[in-house]
Amino acid sequence: MTSVTLTVNGTERSFEVEPRTLLVHALRDDLGLTGTNVGCDSSSCGACTVLVDGESAKACTMFTVQADGAEITTIEGIANADGTLHPMQQAFHEKHALQCGYCTPGMVMAAISLVEEYPGLDEDGVRHGLEGNLCRCTGYQNIVDAVLQAAGTGGD
Amino acid sequence: MIPAAFDYKVAESVEHAISLLTEHGDEAKLLAGGHSLIPMMRFRLATPGVLVDVGRLDDLRYIRRSNGTVAIGALTRHSELEHSAELAQACPMLSSVAALVGDPAVRHRGTLGGTIAHADPASDLPAAVLALGATIVAQGPSGRREIAATDFFTGYFESVLADDEMITEVRVPATGGGWNYQKFNRRAQDWAIVGVAVADGGAGVSLVNMGSTPLRASGVEAALASGASAADAAAVAAEGLEPPTDLNADSDYRSHLAQVLTQRALNAAGVA
Repeated sequence: MTSVTLTVNGTERSFEVEPRTLLVHALRDDLGLTGTNVGCDSSSCGACTVLVDGESAKACTMFTVQADGAEITTIEGIANADGTLHPMQQAFHEKHALQCGYCTPGMVMAAISLVEEYPGLDEDGVRHGLEGNLCRCTGYQNIVDAVLQAAGTGGD
Repeated sequence: MIPAAFDYKVAESVEHAISLLTEHGDEAKLLAGGHSLIPMMRFRLATPGVLVDVGRLDDLRYIRRSNGTVAIGALTRHSELEHSAELAQACPMLSSVAALVGDPAVRHRGTLGGTIAHADPASDLPAAVLALGATIVAQGPSGRREIAATDFFTGYFESVLADDEMITEVRVPATGGGWNYQKFNRRAQDWAIVGVAVADGGAGVSLVNMGSTPLRASGVEAALASGASAADAAAVAAEGLEPPTDLNADSDYRSHLAQVLTQRALNAAGVA
């Protein structure tokens, strides 16, 4: 076992993991943060997307030991303390950008990173930028609308 | 799927990484961004006994231009290539190809040295550095050596790198000539079924997923050098090759695609 210290949603958490423990499993099983989902198990679907030092990463394609010392943000960590939603969550809510909801935590985290990385996103940019996040309900239209709204580049 | 158990070592320096590789021999693998290796470990296609994590060697994350060359640290991430204004100016093909790898989350973690060392014939960046005539700098127990990209790839996921060597830097020429990269796939985020990179107005042409390694299209380059048109040069793109057959495409389809994409890439690079 190896000891790691991660700052998860602003709180320092130290625990022991096997080196082969994937970050998504540590978040879910060791820290009880089950908002981050496991989807494809093969780095394709993006359901497990979290922010590592502010940038989107697939938590199924990182060992927890690689994240030692890093700041991790999960879907549980983006709303304000008073319960008001993050602007991206609010946009997903207003645009009804979810159907079954399984992909939603990963979509929201990927979208937050995308908007930060690519200022002035248009629809094409959102669709390309989210190509690593699959929605098997195929509810992409409203997801794209929500991201454009949160980016302030369309979708009013 | 859970990877097989392994011992985890954090490299504090390049020298430390090499000493760990020397100590553990072919049991050990380097871990950089992990976006090629971890999926293979999850499918148990790779079961290294020791992982040497070089991902914290931040002094190997840089893009430096001097004279006619751009030197890129091996741990520079794809997203850093994509967003580097200096690289976009000095070697626009490389930043443009980097932006086509995987998706943004993959590009935040994947590294240039890692994708080259992985030597996947279907990957974008190995073919790009091949077309550009890059030099790959590797360090081992007895020092550094420079390897021409044309000599680097030897087989399916295989290269001339020894078990105790790691890539530290990739040098590409700052190129002024026309360039283009064609990536053909059917689904977003997929590997190229076939890809074609054209550098420096056709002086360097390479093919993705047309054999067991990324390949220089030497027939196309020779035809262009002797004055052939883009169409005539592209017609020989698949000559002598044995492209793979898989669920995406059979060998004949890939050969045809290579010709079509080569002509498109040459035309887009300004070769008539």
